[in-house]
Amino acid sequence: MLTAFAIVTDGLVYAAYLFVVAIGLTLIFGVMKILNVAHGSFYAFGAYGAATAVGIYFDRGLPDAGGFLFMILVAMAIGLVIGLVLERGILRLAYGRDEVVIVLITYAVFLILEDMLILIWGTGSLAAYQPLVAAGNVEVGALILSGYDIGLVIFAGLLALGGSYALNYTRPGRLLTVVIFDRETAAAFGINVTLVYTATFALGAILGALGGAVMAPKIAVTLGIGVEVIVLAFAVVAIGGMGSMEGALVGALIVGLCRAAAVHLVPQIELFVIYGVMALVLIFRPHGLFSRAEPRKI
Amino acid sequence: MITTRATTRGAAAAVLGSAIALAAGTASAQQPAQSVKLGVVSFLTGPAAGPFGIPARNAAEILIEGLNTGKVPAPYNKVGFGGAKIESKIVDEAGSTAQQVTEYRNLVQRDGVDAIVGYISSGNCLAVTPVAEELKTITVLFDCGTPRIFEEAPRKYVFRATPHATMDSVGAARYIVEKKKNITAYSGINQNYAWGQDSWRDFVLAMKTLAPKATVDKELFPKLFAGEYGAEVSALLTSKSQVIHTSFWNGDLESFIFQSSARGLPQRIPIIMTAGETAVARLGPKMPDGTIIGARGSHGAFFSPDNELNRWFRQAYVDRFGVQPTYPSYHMAQSILGLKAAWEKAAAAKNDARPSVDEVIAAFEGLEFQAPSTTIKMALGKGHQGIGDISYGTYKYNKQKGQPEIVDVVRYPAECVNPPADMTSTAWLEGGMKGAKCK
Amino acid sequence: MTNRSTLIGALAFLVLAAAAPALPPWLISLATIAFAHALVVLGLVIMWRAGLVSFGQALYYAVGAYCVALVSRFTGITDAFVLIVLGGLAAGLLAVLVGFLLARYREIFFAMLSLAMSMILYGVLVKTEALGSTDGFNVAPATFLGYAPEGAMLNLALFWLVLVLSALAAAAIGVYFRSVAGAIAVPVRDNEIRIEFLGLSVNRLIHLKLVIAGILGGVGGALAAMTISHVDPNMAYWTTSGGFVFVTILAGAGSIAAAFVGSFAFEMLRSIAVALLPGAWQLILGSVLLITILFVPDGLGSLFMRKTRGKEGEPA
Repeated sequence: MLTAFAIVTDGLVYAAYLFVVAIGLTLIFGVMKILNVAHGSFYAFGAYGAATAVGIYFDRGLPDAGGFLFMILVAMAIGLVIGLVLERGILRLAYGRDEVVIVLITYAVFLILEDMLILIWGTGSLAAYQPLVAAGNVEVGALILSGYDIGLVIFAGLLALGGSYALNYTRPGRLLTVVIFDRETAAAFGINVTLVYTATFALGAILGALGGAVMAPKIAVTLGIGVEVIVLAFAVVAIGGMGSMEGALVGALIVGLCRAAAVHLVPQIELFVIYGVMALVLIFRPHGLFSRAEPRKI
Repeated sequence: MITTRATTRGAAAAVLGSAIALAAGTASAQQPAQSVKLGVVSFLTGPAAGPFGIPARNAAEILIEGLNTGKVPAPYNKVGFGGAKIESKIVDEAGSTAQQVTEYRNLVQRDGVDAIVGYISSGNCLAVTPVAEELKTITVLFDCGTPRIFEEAPRKYVFRATPHATMDSVGAARYIVEKKKNITAYSGINQNYAWGQDSWRDFVLAMKTLAPKATVDKELFPKLFAGEYGAEVSALLTSKSQVIHTSFWNGDLESFIFQSSARGLPQRIPIIMTAGETAVARLGPKMPDGTIIGARGSHGAFFSPDNELNRWFRQAYVDRFGVQPTYPSYHMAQSILGLKAAWEKAAAAKNDARPSVDEVIAAFEGLEFQAPSTTIKMALGKGHQGIGDISYGTYKYNKQKGQPEIVDVVRYPAECVNPPADMTSTAWLEGGMKGAKCK
Repeated sequence: MTNRSTLIGALAFLVLAAAAPALPPWLISLATIAFAHALVVLGLVIMWRAGLVSFGQALYYAVGAYCVALVSRFTGITDAFVLIVLGGLAAGLLAVLVGFLLARYREIFFAMLSLAMSMILYGVLVKTEALGSTDGFNVAPATFLGYAPEGAMLNLALFWLVLVLSALAAAAIGVYFRSVAGAIAVPVRDNEIRIEFLGLSVNRLIHLKLVIAGILGGVGGALAAMTISHVDPNMAYWTTSGGFVFVTILAGAGSIAAAFVGSFAFEMLRSIAVALLPGAWQLILGSVLLITILFVPDGLGSLFMRKTRGKEGEPA
């Protein structure tokens, strides 16, 4: 019973982490068909920015809530700037090229940004644990849960709800859906696809940085955190269906719960869980769980 | 488009041209006959750069500078290596083993280094070892832990002054058994790669001998750089252990500390961190009280002894970099000093003339020399593998002084925690650690 | 055109082989690894012509490498020719097996499923403590039909071996590209249904490509294992696959020679970047690659194919 409860709570926390990490990736892929390797850099820049913000804000006796907000705003601002610079400065030059070529461009950008981190923040790690401490913890039976983790699960849930609402019920969201569905028709109907692309990429970058920001208090913000996130986010998105918001959520939940179950029941297989689940899902649902049927061209 | 093509072709030609120039330049640059060219390999980028690579490079930097100006205290007060100034070339250790092997060859064959001090990753150490033997270049591995290097085959050109990782686990087990006499169960959380697996295996073997009644409860192996340890913390919270063993290092170690502290794990079960020392100064009050800290030796601000050499080293390091040197810095320092000691011993035998490679090797084998934190004896692997003392202690944050402290420090002599020369470490551990001399 | 490029290729091969003893040894080692990797890249080029990109080609590379390492460790066989055949066969066999599954996939799903496969192998290798887990283990020096060179001579021998295998592979792939199964690659990419209306099975065509690419990957891995004289699970990690894909795009799918030139250029560039700026070499690497991708759209291969392609009325 205790183990089952632990699996569910740990699974939810891990799923929340995966979802906030994957949502920006799936958005950019859905709209622009770009598998964005630089997503890992957005995450890393968000985390570094948030850690810097936490360092500036906390331990000054200011209210904690303002610190959370400040941390998130700084990361989002960094995401916005990087996203705009990349899309306007580099990706714009490559639209229309083979999708793989664009993947490679984002890979080159990732290499560059990885060293930019060193140039800006140095090689040492940053700590931003204050929000984690401020959130406290609650005792549930033999378990102790972190208040921050609970907040993270709620945050991910709100993000999913908000994203789904924005896509389905707001004008920009519905325009986005149109572009996702058929880019050429959308353009023919007068939708400014260039603008939609710029906005999407910037939004994806902001979400990536946001993922880094909310994780920053839990981790040592250090070199290489971006690399780990890339392949994790890819796996979640591939399981859920590339470009699908619901897919990212379900993919994150499946992986999160499977991993938690593995750690508690058979720790030996933890290393294989994500790729095992991904291979299984792709074998039975080749395009992921939530994929639209693609017409075959004749 | 045609013009773009032309420019890129020009650019490509320029790149190729500069490549050739670089190659030619380094090949033809004649070193003054006096200097010793030393290749230094350490992580400058990637996750291991912050905790290990950069502190080690920093130590190399001040030590080489100190040696070149003759400022290092006796017995290392001779300039450079036997009067010859040291010229260093620093290379990044990040990248695949294929890349490291290529860069190793570049250092020897293109840049013409006389010796190499480097390598933090055990995989890289194992990979460059046969190349070092092939190219007949003295190579002092400085931080990697795997005992396999000298246990799999005898080596001629490869040395390691830093003791191997068996010592970390044996020291940890001895400390725990000493401090928690009636331990009945313990758990481990280690990264799922060679270092984590080896550390845990050695620790369990040592515990079997020292506390035969204690059982293993949870054995957790999260992926390296996993970053999120929620499930692991839950599993440990519900375990019945009296102590948790971890060989995590910086990034993962700090993440684990933050996440487990936020959920009250260290307050419930103390944790022993075999590589915890590098995190202590950085975390300060965030390191949970009662945590048992190791430093892969007797290194750093808390464990190293007060002697002239160590005072100089720490002062020079703090003056330059504003922080205390941690154990990777000490590993680098003792590796360079060991090479210097061997070099000068060989030179002394021929009236201070420059020794040959074979003469340095002969002098290095079985050498006993003073390092800032301990005396290193090149006792294992036919005189190629050093052994030294190791210390463990318990962390306590001193609120009055606002400083971290390590209390209950126990220093174990080298022969107490290292296998004898004629045995592999696994055989020694499985055989019940016979022949260990602890007093 | 084909005759001329064959001639140039043969000439380059002879010049390289003859000049090798006079070249600096570090350059020989670098070129050996670069050409071994070029074989893996060649496999990716074959698939890319059909519109497929594998993010898991390191699977075959690692299988080839570990096959060599395990056979020489447990049987004592060190003959390079035997080991390479075994490495190629092992990887090829694996490709036949996973091909039944993978050949049904396209686009990004193909890429992701191949990635999952290679990551599972990575996990297995990391878990195998008897093989040193992530530390890997050493490979005994190769011998050549009883001839056991040492030091610089061994490196030269390996270089010549890699060179000969590269030439053989290049010639064989050239023949394959001109065969029906090979020539149909571009139409497969453009429109599968039309191919099926011609009575050909697209999946079977792709399966064949996977196996060829798998064998090339295995041979490349086998050569790399002998050259580096060390294997570790990182050879199966996704970043290794990523590197191969990178070189493929850098080289372009246009020509076979480009795979070799591209691979060499990549290794050289990385080595120079590390020497110039040890603390931020990825910055140089990334920038140069970015500029290349942006301004040399068809890859390095297009630089020396300009004339011939111009004739075909390529849009400028």
